[in-house]
Amino acid sequence: MRILGILISLLALWLLTSGLFTPMLIGLGVVSVLVVIFVTARMDAQDDDRVGIRLSPVRFAKYLIWLMVEIARANWAVTKIVLSRKMTIRQHMFSVPYTQKTDLGQVIFANSITLTPGTITVETEDGNFLVHAVDYSDDDPAALADMDARVTASELGGAH
Amino acid sequence: MMVLDMIILALSWLFILGGSVFVVIGAFGTLRFPDFWSRLHAASITDSAGVILLIIGMCLQGGATLITVKLLFIGVFLFLTGPTATHAIANAALVTGLRPLEAKGLTGAEPEPISPDQDQPKEVGE
Repeated sequence: MRILGILISLLALWLLTSGLFTPMLIGLGVVSVLVVIFVTARMDAQDDDRVGIRLSPVRFAKYLIWLMVEIARANWAVTKIVLSRKMTIRQHMFSVPYTQKTDLGQVIFANSITLTPGTITVETEDGNFLVHAVDYSDDDPAALADMDARVTASELGGAH
Repeated sequence: MMVLDMIILALSWLFILGGSVFVVIGAFGTLRFPDFWSRLHAASITDSAGVILLIIGMCLQGGATLITVKLLFIGVFLFLTGPTATHAIANAALVTGLRPLEAKGLTGAEPEPISPDQDQPKEVGE
């Protein structure tokens, strides 16, 4: 089942990026996909270390749309600071707690913070991130807590 | 059909020009901001708005072809690697002891001290 998924996605990746459909190139693609699957299977037997993707697709898609809007708004805010004659910035480093259970969820939250201009995840600690804001306002922790809740909501099941 | 093509072309130019403007604003901000930490934020304008708008514009130019698929791949990879690289740079600055200029009346949170069993940056010979 898992191997079938790898097979299909790798073949699709090969065909989409090559765009040439001659027998020789497709044959080379099939051979390299089979080699990759052989190597992955062997590595799996060695350490059994895999990254599970436990996300709800629908809720994650909704989150991505929301994130796009947030990115647009944050970009506009930082652009205004850059272009204003007198740059009024309020730099601040503060810690933001996270509630995601899975590593993937934490990565998504941390990357989302960095992706929105104006805030950068600087350090990861147990239970919270250190975040640097260029123009800190007192609403920022609440806004980031909202983002945190949205990421956690797009995680699948798990022990709550 | 001609009119539709014209509209798509105009839209793609709009997106590409918009993206370029944000790239320039990012560069401008990188020059104008006072210190390392604030400059990182200016660079992230280029990273997000610039990249997204440019890729949408180029996708419209590409139309329904494999070029668009490849552009979307590039977009997804930049979406993952951009913030990761920014985080790596910021984290390196924090670990080596650089702190932002805190605004008036604010004290910055300090990172937990690195415990000895964690891997520390190796000492480089003088």
